[in-house]
Amino acid sequence: MDAIILQILNGLDKGSAYALIALGLTLIFGTLGVVNFAHGALFMIGAFCAVTLSRILTLSHEVIDETKTDFLGNPLKVDVPYIYDIFGQATGDVIIDWAVPISILFAIPVMVGIGFAMERGLIKHFYKRPHADQILVTFGLAIVLQEIIKYFYGANPIPTPAPDAFRGSFDFGAMLGFDPNTIIYPYWRLVYFAFAAVIIGAVFAFLQFTTFGMVVRAGMADRETVGLLGINIDKRFTIMFGIAAAVAGLAGVMYTPINSPNYHMGMDFLVLSFVVVVVGGMGSLSGAVLAGFLLGILESFASMAIVLETLPGINQIIIYLVAIIILLTRPRGLMGRKGVMEE
Amino acid sequence: MGLNKKDFTLLLIVAILCLFAPFILNPFPEGSALAQFNAGYPDLMQRLVIFGIFAIGFNILFGLTGYLSFGHAAFLGVGSYAAIWMMKLLTMNVIPAIVVSVLVAGVFSLLVGWISLRRSGIYFSILTLAFAQMSYSLAYSVLTPITGGETGLQPKVDDPRILDRVLEISTSQRANLFGLDMNTSHVVRLGDWAFTFNAGYYLAAIVMLVAFYISIRIFRSPFGMMLRAVKSNQQRLNYTGLNSKPYTLAAFVISGMYAGLAGGLLVAMDTQVGAERMFWTASGEVVLMTILGGAGTLIGPVLGAGFIKYMENIVSKINKSILEQWFAFMPDGIEDLLITLVYPFIGKGWHLTLGILFMLVVIFLPGGLVEGGQRVGRLFKRKKPADDKPDGKTTPAE
Repeated sequence: MDAIILQILNGLDKGSAYALIALGLTLIFGTLGVVNFAHGALFMIGAFCAVTLSRILTLSHEVIDETKTDFLGNPLKVDVPYIYDIFGQATGDVIIDWAVPISILFAIPVMVGIGFAMERGLIKHFYKRPHADQILVTFGLAIVLQEIIKYFYGANPIPTPAPDAFRGSFDFGAMLGFDPNTIIYPYWRLVYFAFAAVIIGAVFAFLQFTTFGMVVRAGMADRETVGLLGINIDKRFTIMFGIAAAVAGLAGVMYTPINSPNYHMGMDFLVLSFVVVVVGGMGSLSGAVLAGFLLGILESFASMAIVLETLPGINQIIIYLVAIIILLTRPRGLMGRKGVMEE
Repeated sequence: MGLNKKDFTLLLIVAILCLFAPFILNPFPEGSALAQFNAGYPDLMQRLVIFGIFAIGFNILFGLTGYLSFGHAAFLGVGSYAAIWMMKLLTMNVIPAIVVSVLVAGVFSLLVGWISLRRSGIYFSILTLAFAQMSYSLAYSVLTPITGGETGLQPKVDDPRILDRVLEISTSQRANLFGLDMNTSHVVRLGDWAFTFNAGYYLAAIVMLVAFYISIRIFRSPFGMMLRAVKSNQQRLNYTGLNSKPYTLAAFVISGMYAGLAGGLLVAMDTQVGAERMFWTASGEVVLMTILGGAGTLIGPVLGAGFIKYMENIVSKINKSILEQWFAFMPDGIEDLLITLVYPFIGKGWHLTLGILFMLVVIFLPGGLVEGGQRVGRLFKRKKPADDKPDGKTTPAE
């Protein structure tokens, strides 16, 4: 029992990332009808927003510390982050420590901006082109974005720690009445799951309960008619693209403490996220979220030692295997609607 | 040979280009500043033609039927593994290795195609991608006894090699063709120029010519027409009472066999395999080659493959000091500016150049280099008023 709960928990954080990326992909596909292969790159850029901000926050200048001396008796030079000068040392330390969560505020405008630029500058011209062309051009864009990041940040993963308060793990089993130390779970993964849940909830609420969301949903159902009613649907869809980019970016920002970001992390997630979208059902938002968590949890179950003994290597291929089975038995995916991208 | 005059000319041109490639690709004398643009060394020439085969095969599927497979590297990888096992178990002669690699890749692609072709459009792409990624992951983990995992496979001294032991043709571990070592090179020096003629390259080039000839025959056959019909309107094809599945499956298997052939040849030239050649970026690369050259055209994929492999080798070799040499004649300020501007795109930045190039082609030139050539050609022709009449193409009524 405890092992099962542990695996479910382990699956949640990866599942959250899958769900968030797949949600963005589905938003773009549902509104603009574009298959966006550059979505993984947006996730990666989000992660590098966090890296950038923590670098900005720790920008420092040399100051001669009169109180300390080095072994030759000269006054010691110490690096003082500029942020100490502005907020004082105590507050400055807290801000640096909380760099990752603070990056959320920094990442939202950046990601929305990138999303707008992408949609207006490139994807707009591909609405009428075949899906193969859309896949190809966004694939090219993904390579370009990835290489730009590699040029500026290098090829090695950059560790970006979580705030001190969330480092370490807590004993989840003890809370539920199991033996202590059976279910240990890092705090940050729980934060990530909660964060993903909030974002997903916010996107659904935005679409469901605001006038803007209502118009967008109407546009998803029948773009032409909404346009005929005198609503500028293109503008709203552009905004949705920005939101989808921001969702992917935020998923990336918060993922940095779990896995140090490197330039190809987006591609690694993208392939799986596409599988997630297809399993969930092309164009179905709730399907994408459901499939994201399901596949994340399934993957973590498949990497249990007992399972690996009987079926070696199953953890590597379980997601693809499930995708193949689902596509062949339920061609529309788990929650796909009729008539959306069936052929 | 069953070709019309135009196709025969095309085949002849390609054959001549292949034959004289060691000259054509080596236009600059040794030791000159431009020598790094030479591509006439065996390793690169072999890659040019082998990836040409890969792209020709991919084009039979994507160019004719419009099915975009994102998993073709898996067939190349499977072919490579089959070839290296033939070399380990049977003989270092390349013939059995190449034949078996084609057959194994064919069987594997039959399996994958039979399942993937139940769906079309983006679902097909994702399914093939899923299969390729599965093969890659398995090759890296569980199948390590067969694939060598991370270290890959290469022939070893203590491999059985039954035929070699019995016939004692050669017990060396070099790939050969009835005793002719694939690495044998003959260097001809003419003045400052050094031209390398490599046995492996010519074997690969002959195989590519055969592959190219078969692809022309497929393009011009009734079977090719059916595949084109699938691309232009599959629904209508179904309504006329034809089942399109056998045709698409046949195209898929043929292109899988081409990929296997390319994989087998890669092993024949350089006897080692690693799982990374099945990674999905490798699948993306062949898509790139086909698109860049011109999908659905005969010569396009060969051009695209040649272009990308050439650029990859040449551009990634340029470094900062070479740039400094080039721009040395300019005033210092402008020189530094130019070097900073160009530097991200060369050397390790080759992928950036590739990505930008790829985007530009998809955006402005969806027909690839072939269409670009045609456009340029038309630009010059347009001056003659006689060519103003419509080109005889008719659009089908929807």
